[in-house]
Amino acid sequence: MKMTGAQMICESLVKEGVEVIFGILGGAILPLYDALPQYPQLRHILVRHEQGAAHAADGYARATGKVGVCFATSGPGATNLVTGIANAHLDSSPMVAVTGQVARPFIGKDAFQEVDITGITLPITKHNYLVMDAASIPETMKEAFYLAGTGRPGPVLIDLPRDVQQEQAEFNYPDRTNLPQYKPTLQGHPAQIKKAAKLINEAQRPLIIAGRGIIISGAYAELKELVEKAQVPVVTTLLGTSCFPESHALSYGMIGMHGMAYANLAVDAADLIIALGMRFDDRATAKVSGFAPHAHIIHIDIDPAEIGKNVHVDMPIVGDAKLVLKELNKLVDKTKHIDWVRKLDEWRKDHPSLIIRGGQSLLPQYVVRQIYEVTNGEAIIVTGVGQHQMWAAQHYWYDKPNTFISSGGLGTMGFGLPAAIGAKVGCPDSTVWCIDGDGSFQMTIQELATIAQEKVAVKIAILRNSYLGMVRQWQELFYGKRYVATPLSSPDFVKIAEAYGLPGLRVKRREEVAPAIQKAMAEPGPFLIDFIVEPEENVYPMVPPGAALAEVLEEPRKGAKAVKDSAKLPVSNI
Amino acid sequence: MATTKHILVALVKDKPGVLNRMASLFRRRGFNIESIAVGQSEVPNMSRMTFVVNGAATMVEQVRKQLDKVVETVKVSDITGDNVVARELAFIKVKANSANRSEIIQIVDIFRANIVDVAPDSVIIEATGDEEKINSLLNLVRGFGIKEIARTGRIAMTRGGKGPLPVQKKPPRTLAKKQKRPTK
Repeated sequence: MKMTGAQMICESLVKEGVEVIFGILGGAILPLYDALPQYPQLRHILVRHEQGAAHAADGYARATGKVGVCFATSGPGATNLVTGIANAHLDSSPMVAVTGQVARPFIGKDAFQEVDITGITLPITKHNYLVMDAASIPETMKEAFYLAGTGRPGPVLIDLPRDVQQEQAEFNYPDRTNLPQYKPTLQGHPAQIKKAAKLINEAQRPLIIAGRGIIISGAYAELKELVEKAQVPVVTTLLGTSCFPESHALSYGMIGMHGMAYANLAVDAADLIIALGMRFDDRATAKVSGFAPHAHIIHIDIDPAEIGKNVHVDMPIVGDAKLVLKELNKLVDKTKHIDWVRKLDEWRKDHPSLIIRGGQSLLPQYVVRQIYEVTNGEAIIVTGVGQHQMWAAQHYWYDKPNTFISSGGLGTMGFGLPAAIGAKVGCPDSTVWCIDGDGSFQMTIQELATIAQEKVAVKIAILRNSYLGMVRQWQELFYGKRYVATPLSSPDFVKIAEAYGLPGLRVKRREEVAPAIQKAMAEPGPFLIDFIVEPEENVYPMVPPGAALAEVLEEPRKGAKAVKDSAKLPVSNI
Repeated sequence: MATTKHILVALVKDKPGVLNRMASLFRRRGFNIESIAVGQSEVPNMSRMTFVVNGAATMVEQVRKQLDKVVETVKVSDITGDNVVARELAFIKVKANSANRSEIIQIVDIFRANIVDVAPDSVIIEATGDEEKINSLLNLVRGFGIKEIARTGRIAMTRGGKGPLPVQKKPPRTLAKKQKRPTK
């Protein structure tokens, strides 16, 4: 059937099961937008800045596991997407971004609103395309969705000249891709799995570090089976948060720069690390040479390029976490590690990383804890980047799978609000809370208009400490308390919300916190709460930059620094 | 970290931008590509690329894996330690006049190179060989005055047996259905 390039894009989106597109139009993508009304099954959400479109598509993708889609016009529209694309790339989020481009005769002539967006996004996409004729659109779209969503997911960009959108061609949507050279390894190598099982069976102090790969592959049940069968304690990376129920007896929370002291000590003391779907990011490992010094390392990841990239790995298994774990679980012994687990419990008791100080002041941790209480831990929490992000990861217990959405690799301030829009649109039946900081929130604050126009029922909790808090913490600890450019004056967010037509509340005292959250929950639509929190509160525990995980600092007001008492443990002899 | 010279050979789909994708993976790590040679391979619509880079073995291996991930890539091999034949082609334009032309021709003969162009004041030498051979030839003719040099950079192939890059005979099934990620 003959149709225009624009119609072909829409048809392809329908064929791929796309329900929603986040975007902003402009001249070079106008033909595509003009075709949209013919496809009422495609909901378009108009954002206020293209960065918001990319983050919303990313948040949608993370919450649903489906490929998120965003549109932008050429030139500035496309460059505004860049941060969001890079963010999706670093956190392996499946996304297809369609950008308009100037018409073919103008390409390469510095035409109005022309940029080389395929060149710009080359290192931050899994793949990208400049489509030079309408006839190749079906195959390109098929490939784009296949590449974005399979293997290690990632963003794919399709750049579409305006005249290609108007060109007529035959539409035949292929039912398979022609990419013989792209074959992600899904099944782990049986011999490697066997050896890994042997290592697990022989380990005295095994520890699982679970990452976002578990969530992407949906390996929750398989991970739980391994943990319970072999009685292996679990810690997670930041993005692994919510891949394993945190109230489970064998869950020891998050590792890394702001991980739990006991989790970091566990990594330090383990004789076997089973790294599942994680990539040994420097914020998770701290000083690499001091990472897990007593341990052998099994690394299970779908991306062969991650093996041995940051740390030396003794037993690599390339494959999909769910499929590998299924095989591995058959081979591990039912066993117990009573002494090891007891040791970890002792550390958890001696180094309680999650105590919230009493008193009158409104602590940000207290707000997070109250959101947990009022939502029964069932909300999807979406965060920006900064101190509030760490408190949201630490002080909320994630028992439900895939309920923590945050920008990990790129650390993109401003991710929270648009990503929460995407998550809520993707999961309309879930409560979605955007926990944000006053700094992070103001980077994409304009998306409040999107929330108002599209009636997206996101609940927003701003932890306002009137600083760019995470940087201020570094200035306090490592730059002699010279607070350069971190004090932050912000508008009255409740009035801002009101101006956008959204209800809101300002909270200054502890006793107002729970009622405010309840009020937000009772509201069927969006709601904003501006929490005026203790300005100079720091995130603890903290592994100072350049230190090893075991050199973790605990909240000074709570007592002594953590002692590294694992040094006397023997190095793995398995 | 000790750096050594590595030869990487890649079989890639012949699509616009593929060289850019490959080269940018070296660039972002601050590698200087010493030479790069691209041309058609034995498979239609596939190119073979030969990169020569200087780098630490672990870094080169990391780049190799990343190159392997480029969607158009079929396979990338580091054939540095293998038994390989490696050659490059060079054109050298040397100042020459009737007085010294025969001397130049003698040197060219010793190196089994060719003169491919003669002008009143210069000749163009075409030489094939490994880098050392071409460097020695260059040293010998330098005295006559070199006007221009163009070198292709190395191309390399492993000796005997199977090549480092398996070539699929029949197009494999694309597993859009089978390889679908398990859902939660």
